[in-house]
Amino acid sequence: MTPRNRFRWRVMRVLALCRWLRGGTVRALRLGAAAASSAPPSQVRQRLGPCRAVPCRAVPCHAIRGGNGLSSPVCALLQDSVTVEVLDHLERLALVDFRDAEGVERLREAVRFAERLREVNTEGIEPLDSVLEDRCLYLREDDVTEGNCTAELLKNAREKVEEYFVAPPGNIPLPELEERDTFLKGS
Amino acid sequence: MFSCQHSGFLCTTDHLNKVILAPWVPVVGLEIHAQITSNSKLFSGSQVQFAAPPNSLVSFFDASLPGTLPVLNRRCVEAAVMTGLALNCTINKKSLFDRKHYFYADLPAGYQITQQRVPIAVNGSLSYSLCIDNKMSQMVTKTVRIKQIQLEQDSGKSLHDDARSQTLVDLNRAGVGLMEVVMEPDMCCGEEAAAAVRELQLILQTLGSSQAIMAEGQLRVDANVSVHHPGEPYGVRTEVKNINSIRFLTKAVDYEIQRQIKELENGGTVVNETRAFDSKLGCTVPMRDKEGKQDYRFMPEPNLPPLILYDAKSLPANVNHQQVVNIDWIHERLPDLPSVKRAKLVELYGILPEHSFTLVNEDGLMEFFEDVVKRTQMKPKKVIGWILSDLLSHLKQHSLTANESPISSFLLADLLNLLENGDISSSAAKQVFEELWKGEGKTPLEIVKEKQLELIQDQEELEQICQAVIDEREKEVMAIKEGNKKVINKLIGLVRKATRGRANPLLVKQILEKKLSE
Repeated sequence: MTPRNRFRWRVMRVLALCRWLRGGTVRALRLGAAAASSAPPSQVRQRLGPCRAVPCRAVPCHAIRGGNGLSSPVCALLQDSVTVEVLDHLERLALVDFRDAEGVERLREAVRFAERLREVNTEGIEPLDSVLEDRCLYLREDDVTEGNCTAELLKNAREKVEEYFVAPPGNIPLPELEERDTFLKGS
Repeated sequence: MFSCQHSGFLCTTDHLNKVILAPWVPVVGLEIHAQITSNSKLFSGSQVQFAAPPNSLVSFFDASLPGTLPVLNRRCVEAAVMTGLALNCTINKKSLFDRKHYFYADLPAGYQITQQRVPIAVNGSLSYSLCIDNKMSQMVTKTVRIKQIQLEQDSGKSLHDDARSQTLVDLNRAGVGLMEVVMEPDMCCGEEAAAAVRELQLILQTLGSSQAIMAEGQLRVDANVSVHHPGEPYGVRTEVKNINSIRFLTKAVDYEIQRQIKELENGGTVVNETRAFDSKLGCTVPMRDKEGKQDYRFMPEPNLPPLILYDAKSLPANVNHQQVVNIDWIHERLPDLPSVKRAKLVELYGILPEHSFTLVNEDGLMEFFEDVVKRTQMKPKKVIGWILSDLLSHLKQHSLTANESPISSFLLADLLNLLENGDISSSAAKQVFEELWKGEGKTPLEIVKEKQLELIQDQEELEQICQAVIDEREKEVMAIKEGNKKVINKLIGLVRKATRGRANPLLVKQILEKKLSE
């Protein structure tokens, strides 16, 4: 992957995380201010609420300038929702590395950007989750047309054993926050 | 020590102590993954085949190389619709695909494409029967609700090499189409779970949507088990995986129920965890590699538009038929489901429901039975006895299916005709059956002639033999004349021995009775 594509890929993933996180924030707001910042990410419903998401181009977050147009209590809420626990959870789930304060700020900006959508009244409107929704889903005939390229696939593998890919034994979970070498420990 | 609705009473081991132990209600729910029978995979054109050289049936999409996109296989959609219709589900005319994210070496993309929000079929039911008290004499029908059926991708296979501390990954299975059938927790013990799975297996095999062979991994069952006291809320559930056959399913579920009851009665708690069934030890053990509750971060699959299905009413005109799946068209072409087959057997042949159950349950037995009935004058009700007790017991002993039977339906029909015509006795017929089983190519008639098993038709000869027996056995004759009628059976037996099974027992009894009353 070229550096440019890798960057784009990263931003897309952060945007996906934002949507997920936004889902958590929406729920928090519905539950009321008291429960707000403590809405645990694991309780996030997978339905993405009644917001019609405007499709975003893959724009790097730090390029967004200008006022956010949000009232200050909500603003404070946003700051509260992106806590160290949430960031640790995200790092564990998605194996992203926020690396430094700028990375976290990028996430906050992304959430702030997405939150602007809440200004739109979407009462009774079906959520859009793909611009392809009016397209026809192409159905393929059940014929064998691919495969038999073992050598080509294994070319990229660092290690192989008799045409098998080699992986470590089972998942190696991310160590706990205390044991990790991450800047998150400092915050 | 838990209460089972179908046995109708508290199965406690100690009825006297029932005051001490409150009854436990086990709750069992199943998640079943059935591999769709198709030539190619769900989203790619690589072949679906069991046991091929590693990584030979893998396309770039299956290996999750960048720049590849999923393309839905029409056959998989039809298979899911067929299964949904057979299980009385509502087919969703619009269903959506989602991504379920988790990291594992055999999931190269880091996510699985599934249908979490709006699956292809919802709200169905599955009826199954089971015998009470282990006797085939009484069967009860139960129903389990089907929550949903969804299309999803299979993952690859991992071979764990503990010696070298590594995992070998084969992606041949990655991307194969699966139907996940989610059943509501309406079952209460291992036997019910096993019966439900067996019925589902028969349905899938009849439809052809999946061959559902558990041994080849085409049907995978995970059980969710919990226990609670009646009237209280459901207890914490555990998930049991690694169940490789229906027999093991019964064992695994029953073991887990007992384990949870013991744990709770000893003051412990049940942890919400995933456990694996160890078939050698017959118990469940906690699985490694499970880090608490997983957050799968479901998101809509951005590369696939919604799947739209049509029926006769909504079918658009001027449409390319290859691009359209018509639910009504599929409905019309559904084959007879096992329950319908059983009902037809009972109606056509007058056999008992439990007999029809065995006929449909055993591979090829129903066709064998119908073949024999066609070729013989013997009544189906009598034929069924030969099929279920003689033939089936021999098949089971040698682990053969009806199609592999050394006695073909022709030969058995010939034998039964001889019996029906009164040419041989039933004990002689059994002897002939044993000879036929050896598979030496002889016909029943040849065997009868060879072993001289024909019934003695000559009345005089029979009378002579009977007279001989009467003359020999003065003591028994006295007993009968004094009123002990049952002793005549001994005389009949002696005549049978003397004639080497060639005498019709009824006729013998008549002759003896006549002679003794003289």
